[in-house]
Amino acid sequence: MSATFSRVFEIHGRDFTNAGRVSTEIKDLLKRMGIDAALVRRVAIASYEAEMNVVMYARHAVLILTVTPAAVALEIADEGPGIPDVDLAMQEGWSTATSEMREMGFGAGMGLPNIRRNSDAFTINSMVGHGTRLSIRVDVM
Amino acid sequence: MERAVVRVSEVSLTLAEVRDLLEAQVCWASDLSMRVSAIGAADLMSDVLAFGRPGMLLLTGLNTPQTVRTAAVADLAGIVFVRGKRPDDNLVVMAQQANLPLLSTSLTMFEAAGRLYGALFGSGRTDE
Repeated sequence: MSATFSRVFEIHGRDFTNAGRVSTEIKDLLKRMGIDAALVRRVAIASYEAEMNVVMYARHAVLILTVTPAAVALEIADEGPGIPDVDLAMQEGWSTATSEMREMGFGAGMGLPNIRRNSDAFTINSMVGHGTRLSIRVDVM
Repeated sequence: MERAVVRVSEVSLTLAEVRDLLEAQVCWASDLSMRVSAIGAADLMSDVLAFGRPGMLLLTGLNTPQTVRTAAVADLAGIVFVRGKRPDDNLVVMAQQANLPLLSTSLTMFEAAGRLYGALFGSGRTDE
């Protein structure tokens, strides 16, 4: 693959029925592009955790997928409450999830650490009252 | 270490063997001769995403769309719902689209995991 490929997806907060659909679509798309299965899996897991965070906490988000010969990148910018203490949120096990979120098997404080674990580069910027922006990059080996 | 790898590889189970061991019903599967390379049990999907391996069979009591999406995203081999949980029609359709076998057993998570562990690593097996 030589050209850069990019696509924009929308994620809606509180839409638990469709939570994960965007990440499943991204995974299928990357597989069809012939990208290595292990790399696709890492992108899909990071994307899924980010998507669940938007559904659980934010009102709305735009996810931009970019594929280059060197890497797959995800930019997720949400409109939501923001995270007051990002360092705390990055700690495994720290969570503000409700019981409704936990009943779906999420909200145990594993999301952001899982995203970092599957990324080669990961940045998070958050502004309380405005939203959170994640940049995730997974390199092609 | 090499011996351990061979051991796990040799004792891998087919979905049909899993069905028999767990007295499970097959809700949907395209091929019961498919082998599972690992087995894990969890209700927390973030744990599955963090610690699951491609080709793993998941035992879980959580029958939500997120369970099927998690399994698809993490390249799992299939799902066994425990404690008599059954997937609804929507979940079955999602599983078909992802080519993800679904089984259901009335056993508890503990007993289902115990039976599979015993079949794989129990003293009765002579797989050396």
